[in-house]
Amino acid sequence: MRYLNARAFGLGLYMLGLALPIYWLINMSFKTNEEITSGLTLWPHEPILSNYGKIFNDPSWYLGYVHSLTYVFINMAISIVVALPAAYAFSRYRFLGDKHLFFWLLSNRMAPAAVYALPFFNLYSSIGLFDTPWAVALAHCLFNVPLAVWILEGFISGVPREIDETAQIDGYSFPRFFIKIFIPLIANGIGVAAFFCFMFSWVELLLARTLTATAAKPITSIMTRTVSASGMDWGLLAAAGVLCMIPGAIVIWFVRNHIAKGFALGRV
Amino acid sequence: MNDKPVNNRAWFFVLPVLIIVLFSALLPLMTVVNYSVQDTIGQNSFFWNGAAWFRELLDPTTDLGDRFAGALQRNLVFSFIILIIEVPLGIAISLCMPRSGWKVGPTLVIMALPLLIPWNVVGTIWQIFGRIDIGLLGYFINSLGIDYNYTGDAASAWFTVVAMDVWHWTSLVALLCFAGLKAIPDAYYQAARIDGASRLSVFRNIELPKLRRVLVIAILLRFMDSFMIYTEPFVVTGGGPGNSTTFISVDLVKIALGEFDLGRAAALSLVYNIIILAVCWLFFTVTTHLDQREGRPS
Amino acid sequence: MSRITLDGIAHAYRGTAGKQDDYALKPLHHVWEQGMAYALLGPSGCGKTTLLNIISGLVTPSEGRLLFDEKDVTRLPTEKRNIAQVFQFPVIYDTMTVAENLAFPLKNRGLPRAQIEARVKEIAGILDLTPDLNRRARGLTADAKQKISLGRGLVRADVSAVLFDEPLTVIDPGLKWELRSKLKAVHRALDMLMIYVTHDQVEALTFADRVVVMKDGSVLQVGTPLDLFERPEHTFVGYFIGSPGMNLLPATITGNRARVGTLEIQLDGTYPNFIDRTAQLGIRPDHAILAAPGQGLPVQVQRVDDLGRVRLARVMLGNHPMVATVPQDMSVPVGAAGVLFEPGRLHVYIDERRVEGAAA
Repeated sequence: MRYLNARAFGLGLYMLGLALPIYWLINMSFKTNEEITSGLTLWPHEPILSNYGKIFNDPSWYLGYVHSLTYVFINMAISIVVALPAAYAFSRYRFLGDKHLFFWLLSNRMAPAAVYALPFFNLYSSIGLFDTPWAVALAHCLFNVPLAVWILEGFISGVPREIDETAQIDGYSFPRFFIKIFIPLIANGIGVAAFFCFMFSWVELLLARTLTATAAKPITSIMTRTVSASGMDWGLLAAAGVLCMIPGAIVIWFVRNHIAKGFALGRV
Repeated sequence: MNDKPVNNRAWFFVLPVLIIVLFSALLPLMTVVNYSVQDTIGQNSFFWNGAAWFRELLDPTTDLGDRFAGALQRNLVFSFIILIIEVPLGIAISLCMPRSGWKVGPTLVIMALPLLIPWNVVGTIWQIFGRIDIGLLGYFINSLGIDYNYTGDAASAWFTVVAMDVWHWTSLVALLCFAGLKAIPDAYYQAARIDGASRLSVFRNIELPKLRRVLVIAILLRFMDSFMIYTEPFVVTGGGPGNSTTFISVDLVKIALGEFDLGRAAALSLVYNIIILAVCWLFFTVTTHLDQREGRPS
Repeated sequence: MSRITLDGIAHAYRGTAGKQDDYALKPLHHVWEQGMAYALLGPSGCGKTTLLNIISGLVTPSEGRLLFDEKDVTRLPTEKRNIAQVFQFPVIYDTMTVAENLAFPLKNRGLPRAQIEARVKEIAGILDLTPDLNRRARGLTADAKQKISLGRGLVRADVSAVLFDEPLTVIDPGLKWELRSKLKAVHRALDMLMIYVTHDQVEALTFADRVVVMKDGSVLQVGTPLDLFERPEHTFVGYFIGSPGMNLLPATITGNRARVGTLEIQLDGTYPNFIDRTAQLGIRPDHAILAAPGQGLPVQVQRVDDLGRVRLARVMLGNHPMVATVPQDMSVPVGAAGVLFEPGRLHVYIDERRVEGAAA
């Protein structure tokens, strides 16, 4: 019994530590700049909603969210669609150079964004995709496609090959088999891969900022516009930050029962 | 692995991935290689420069070489520190997490939340949190009498950056270990009870060995990601005070996008990339080796 | 310890049970005797693993008392009971050698080194593990690992009962027989109480001195394999044991005659009138012998299955299907035939329980 209490206490302490900086940001987002700079208060003594109001009423602000979510979803779609057949191939067949290809793919998961920032800038400018969500979506494919292949390969390997063979004997054409039979079997895996693609695309900043200017500016870039002549607009910055956390929180809430399974593969 | 049929037509399946990754990875890398062996005068005239940039990079007496050596050192120290903190802490937390019942859902959500915050927002959160005038942490530490100011003092800056990374990423280690622990069948714990094993003994003899594979992955992921870290420390300290928190990525972006110094940036990029590839290869080898030892198909 | 007593033991997983259905294990009384090998036999979900876990202490029963000899151990923690348990798949400590695995329970109880070593050697000898003593446990085959699991249980000198939860599940079929024989040999050598849970009747009948047949949380019958075969007390026992199982024919019983459809059958004993109760006659295919038409009861032969060592005829007795044995010397029958019941082998079941008739 004592052991259980120690566990609960330790966990509680840690979760408190996780929550505290987030709480502080939320706290600040409801304060006026005067209250913020005039002294430390643990909760807003004069709560206001105008920080959020500024964001919701200024198109350049809320469009930032739209832009961000746009390239994230485009990236998710591309990554999954492209990764599915490749993962199937890696799982089911041996072919010339498969091990080396797989390794090279995985190494791109670990590609440092800093190395690719400038080359991507040149590349996407030269093909005219600069400052569009497509540039960011494609750029994020650098690490998300290998990740999706890696995760999906793990799940596909968990489906016995006998199922493929049975479908073949039953007369299914390959596309029909893949869509009607196979995909429902790995729906879990697709969900996990999609989740991680969302996660790593949504949180990435350097490439997203480098490849956009005005038309596709993600919210993460817009947040830097909080410095004005009257000094740093902390309340506005905090509100923007809080709003950036919400999509992530929503996504986690919906997949909370599957998170453990996703991590169980260990292919993050 | 051995009972898979050979079928070279599988290359068609892999083609889309190949095209995208060639486009995203190989093409840019080739331009980087290109820049790394050239120099420019003016906008568009390039001439061959051989390995000069590389020699400059690897020579600590030059400005570039000195910056690189310093940044590399800082990265290695940083990765070492956060691994020492995050791995044991992650394991400990995963042992404390509830494995069944209504508490599992909310716990997982709170644990996973830091992982889904955009990295510059993470930086912003800690930039605010650590300030001595408006931040809870900064104010609190100073009120204890400790001199803490991450903008002026290197030790404070390091403390902040490390704390931020631990806050941000320990959950990843914990969630990986949690999944690993959940996979251990009840019978092991039951047998241990019958054998009269102590709690510590159960951890050492059952849980830790079964977590081995997950831990290798966690350690190498954390090492890689911390070695490549850019956004979070940049938002908080900008690389300062001075260059005390200037990591390789930060320097590289400064040289590439700030100074537009193509040759030097390219050389640094390549050396950086090679180091990462080498560690990645190590990772791949170790996990394949571990998989083979346990008779698992790799 | 010379016996384990289950006194009114019952268990409902969802707290206290209001309804019968919530019981995973319905209230039962049973005494397990020292030195005997018992099999707990039944289909999945019948409560046998629950019962096993109650005895070993991994589950505390919601009702009843568990007694080791006269001592009430219902709430005694597992490690304090002198019991060992072997699970469905081998549970070994990966990082230790075989010898270290076997020594583990003794080390945890603080025994002196010399004693531990001697004991480990002894048990390894009994289980044929001596050549592997210094090898890493992880690299061995599944059956060797199960032997190690068993060894860890036997190595404690105070253990007087070993519980097995379907231990042969992951063993190669070729090795199952070998391991089973080894278990029987160990049982004879160490004179322990062994309780063996399985859903495989062959395993149960070959291993055990007594078989406990369970279904839906109740104990249906306890007896020797022969008892279960010759005199099943419950229609389920008759059906579950024997391959194929017992024939069950719905009937109406009056006095010493039974009516199946339009046929009248003479019974060995006299029975009172059963009103509003389901009556069935049970006879094993082994005891229903096919004969020439005109002999015994008239049947229509549908099909004959030649199984090599025996031929089974699927016949219709009136409107009821049943299985009968074709005698060695009889040619394959077609169409009309007769079936003879061996005397004393026809049982009467009322509401699925066997009822003995009064002597005629």
